Amino acid sequence: MEFQLFGIGILSWIVFIPIVGMLIVLLLPDKKHDAMRWTAVVVTGIQVLLAAVLFRGFDRSMLGINEAESFQFIEKFNWITVESVPWVGKIEITYFLGIDGLSVIMVILTALISLIGVISSWNITKMVKGYFALYLLLVTGMMGVFVSLDFFLFFIFWEVMLLPMYFLIGIWGGPRRQYAAIKFFLYTFVGGVLMMLVMLALYFSVAYTDPATGNSIHTFNLLHMMNPENFVAGSLLAGIDTTWRYVAWLALFINFAIKIPIFPFHTWLPDAHVEAPTPISVILAGVLLKLGAYGLLRISFPIFPDATVYFAYMMAVLGMISIIYGAFCAMAQDDFKKLIAYSSVSHMGIVVLGIAALNTQGMVGGVFQMFNHGIITAVLFLVVGVIYDRTKKRGLYDFGGIANVMPRYMGVAVIGMFAALGLPGLNGFVSELFSFLGAFESYRWLTIISVSGIILTAAYILWTIQRVFLGEAPPQFESLPDLSLREKFSFIPLIILIILLGIYPAPAVELMNTSLSQLVELVTIGIN
Amino acid sequence: MELQTFIPLALLILLLPLAGFVTLIFAGKKLPRKGDWLATAVISMSFLLSLTLLIVKLGWYPDESITGSFNWLVLGDAMFGSTLAIELGILIDNLTVVMITVVTLVSTLVHFFSIGYMEGDVRYTRYFAYLGLFSFSMLGIVLTHNLLMMYIFWELVGICSYLLIGHWYEKKSASNAANKAFIVNRVGDAGMFIGIMILFTNFSTFTFETIFESISAGILPFGSTGWLTAAGILIFCGAVGKSAQFPLQIWLPDAMEGPTPISALIHAATMVAAGVFLVARIFPILTADALMVIAYIGAITALIAATVAITQYDFKKVLAYSTISQLGYMILGLGVGAYAAGFMHLVTHAAFKAGLFLAAGSVIYAMHHALHKREDHHTDAQDIRNMGGLKSKMPVTYWTFVIFTLAISGIPLTSGFLSKDEILAGTLAYSSLNGHYLLPLIGFIAAGLTAFYMFRLLILAFHGNHANTSRLADLRESPKVMTIPLMVLAGLSFFIFYSFNPFGAASGWFFAAIERPMSLVPELMQPTGAVLFHETVQGVHGIAMFISILVAGAGILGAFLVYSWKKISADQLASYMSVLYRGAVDKWYFDAIYNRVFVDGTIRLARILRWFDERVIDGLVNGTAVVARKLSQGGRWFDTYIVDGLINGIAEITDRAGNMLGKLQTGKVQTYLVYIVFSFIVLFVLYLQI
Repeated sequence: MEFQLFGIGILSWIVFIPIVGMLIVLLLPDKKHDAMRWTAVVVTGIQVLLAAVLFRGFDRSMLGINEAESFQFIEKFNWITVESVPWVGKIEITYFLGIDGLSVIMVILTALISLIGVISSWNITKMVKGYFALYLLLVTGMMGVFVSLDFFLFFIFWEVMLLPMYFLIGIWGGPRRQYAAIKFFLYTFVGGVLMMLVMLALYFSVAYTDPATGNSIHTFNLLHMMNPENFVAGSLLAGIDTTWRYVAWLALFINFAIKIPIFPFHTWLPDAHVEAPTPISVILAGVLLKLGAYGLLRISFPIFPDATVYFAYMMAVLGMISIIYGAFCAMAQDDFKKLIAYSSVSHMGIVVLGIAALNTQGMVGGVFQMFNHGIITAVLFLVVGVIYDRTKKRGLYDFGGIANVMPRYMGVAVIGMFAALGLPGLNGFVSELFSFLGAFESYRWLTIISVSGIILTAAYILWTIQRVFLGEAPPQFESLPDLSLREKFSFIPLIILIILLGIYPAPAVELMNTSLSQLVELVTIGIN
Repeated sequence: MELQTFIPLALLILLLPLAGFVTLIFAGKKLPRKGDWLATAVISMSFLLSLTLLIVKLGWYPDESITGSFNWLVLGDAMFGSTLAIELGILIDNLTVVMITVVTLVSTLVHFFSIGYMEGDVRYTRYFAYLGLFSFSMLGIVLTHNLLMMYIFWELVGICSYLLIGHWYEKKSASNAANKAFIVNRVGDAGMFIGIMILFTNFSTFTFETIFESISAGILPFGSTGWLTAAGILIFCGAVGKSAQFPLQIWLPDAMEGPTPISALIHAATMVAAGVFLVARIFPILTADALMVIAYIGAITALIAATVAITQYDFKKVLAYSTISQLGYMILGLGVGAYAAGFMHLVTHAAFKAGLFLAAGSVIYAMHHALHKREDHHTDAQDIRNMGGLKSKMPVTYWTFVIFTLAISGIPLTSGFLSKDEILAGTLAYSSLNGHYLLPLIGFIAAGLTAFYMFRLLILAFHGNHANTSRLADLRESPKVMTIPLMVLAGLSFFIFYSFNPFGAASGWFFAAIERPMSLVPELMQPTGAVLFHETVQGVHGIAMFISILVAGAGILGAFLVYSWKKISADQLASYMSVLYRGAVDKWYFDAIYNRVFVDGTIRLARILRWFDERVIDGLVNGTAVVARKLSQGGRWFDTYIVDGLINGIAEITDRAGNMLGKLQTGKVQTYLVYIVFSFIVLFVLYLQI
């Protein structure tokens, strides 16, 4: 399939067009704030269009995961090649992009959330140029991670996200922004170092035979790493079920667990969310958290199927703890934003539980839950943003009676919250359903305990609705304006998706179904 | 009509109210009369279609059932040999057609009634919109052919109930009640969900038909009958929540915060009866053990709710407890195997209990207006102590109320007599076959209590003289749009609509249409067979009828003795049995205990975990940071005095080395990257070799 423009593939476009936007923003005169905003809108809008092209052109029947030939929209050329290095031989780093069912849905999510984020960034007035430049750089990083099939490239994009995020929280954030930003940075950085060590160990252990010359070439190509035959005999990570493979898996897991975040690696999240400005919270919850689970599925699962099976039960336990613990912590918060942050821990726990099930239902449920959580939590953070913009307050006990003051706002907020509590007919239900169904098949008792999470979720969500929206409005909030046109634009696409995918999830599920079946097959082939 | 046309017809019945909901939500306020006529029109059409379906189905195709389904989602890949198709679809059998007719009929009457009752309400349009959404969801529960859709609509009626209980959400009590209803229901739903997961994991499908086939072929969940019983009881948990059975009965009385027509539709006639419908639906796979649990839950519920009902003074609360008690009867009936009787009680109860609530609505409406005219905003319009003597002022409401009261008390010639009598006969038969004499005993006691508390309500509210005559001088009968639905329901409370024989339902069309399905569980786990059970029931039927008339009569007599003729003082009676009385007034302490244990416990645990999260886990993180900073301060000293000293010496060496190494600089970015990466590789290699 050829999707090229000016000789550059569509995936490169979708990854790097924000960089183009960033350059334009940087070149614009300092005072042209609106021009910068519109540049960002246009650039992320183009990304959404490109994502739509991908959605249309994507062949739902192709496997991907570990088969290079069944990836789609592939772009591959040698980027860095160094001949004959001592000890190692030929070094090869490829610029290798491609998507399969697992990544295409994340690409679509990223494009969409990035655009919504820009729309909700309109009232950022502090250092507008820097803000949008960093924002667009961040978007490139996120998009890049989802389309990279070379570990080195993956790692670079992964680290590219880190700095803009640090500054976006640290400069545009709330009162404790510096603490939150440094905490975010250190957590992620530690994870990044662990991932890099594994990457190098893998590089060192994997070599494929060049069909042309018969030479053995070390590579960062993820797909080569997934083929057990490519592991050099006697190398660190060769073999099955070796200690080093477990160690490598755990190192990767810690990195990804920090991002997801899984208990007990989650404490950066509430701080980062509370301090970050609304659009950054949206990005953080909508896309960044998905990178962790994506990394597990793209790297840990297929490269270390043996260790994945070995640690699956532990993952499920952590998923269960995250579900329950996150829900309890959410319940105890008095800050609206913190409540949603902890609800993310709980909902991402469902993802972990689902994918740890290592069966198709659980895997589809888990990945779909990633997508749905992205949409739903984006709505919820926007909801907090709207009320915070108007009142400069976020405390759950500061409000009441908003339903009568801002009825339209109440409408979108309640749909978002009902989706979060897993109300059937809205998208969150479908993915939770399949995550639990899959998990139940593998871990009966863990899942039974986890299901109690849906009761806790209902409790804290309804309690929140009651405290914020119901009752009588305090006098100072009696005349707040309802949603503006811009705010409506940021909510409507998400609300439509919430309802549409809740009633008819097939378009999303079909995208990922084949690839995820392949992933399950790949991971469990050793067991069956 | 062809059998095949049933499916599109049923879809139409299902989707009409949904269309009404969507229209009203988006455009309701712009419609004339704020769209109430539209909502009423669509539900009336649904009712007419349902009635047609009922007549055609029972008249021409009494023994057939038809399904229509489509693949909603297909998971997995054929390439790996196993795909998992999730079907959605409709099942139409006799149970379905009866139930959709009940639902749409009550819903239609409630729509009409609401036009009067809700006139001038702040959220008039939204109220009718939610009514439509509720009707849609309720019909979904009835029409589904699989457990997944059952669960989906199960939760949807729950959210409609939440929205409508909280209709007047400015009141804290209303929003509290709404939350309580939804959360308590979620507890039941979680159990139901686990039950569904057990079946799905073993049979890879949600459809009743396939699950039933597998079980009747001897395939058991996880290969054990224990899990089959567990699955049955867990799914029944959903019914415990929705039908307000012990121990989750606590939400229903609070739900009376909603507008009274809602109480009639959702919290009396239809939604709360969904649990009974669910048990009827999964009846074939319930083991004898599961059914016994179900029977006991029903009996306990019937008894405790009836005792509480005696002590209440809020008009609607009395009715709420009576609903719980009657739902207990239905569940008890199904549990002992009196399948048709239990389901019939659902249908007859839907008519007379909806009637009772609408009559209550009529009274409250009239009280409200009368008090309002007098500028009296303090008197509680729902407290029966503020009523009395309404009989002459509201004749239609009074006489219909009398009919409903007779029906619920199980007096001959009413519909309630037919169904309750059969249930009681069923419990007697069950105990004569299996023991468990407590079940019929409780059944009869609760029947007597029912007659007592219902006549107490009737006497206190309608008879006698009013305590304060001036207060209600302006009391008027409610408008026709409210009284006509009452008359319709009163008509439906007579036996004739269910069986031509006023003393036996068994010979009527209802029992002919609703037959107890065959048990499909392994033989050892089966309840008593339908034939033997039926014969036993016939044997004890006469006794059951005799006792039930006797206890009902005693209950009525007692009520007149205490409240009308005042031969016995209610206060003295209460003080004689003070422990029991106080227990009943305090709803047997369920709310208090649940609040203390579950609500407070959960919140306390949440606070503790929050503390743990902020202090311990995050404390560790911050602690690490502090230690690192201290170390680096120590390092700084070391740096300044020791390292720097060395550095200055080394600088010179470095300078020279730098000149040499400078040659490595090629100016190509790629090369630099390679250097960086390989430095790490070298370090890594060195590390490993150590």
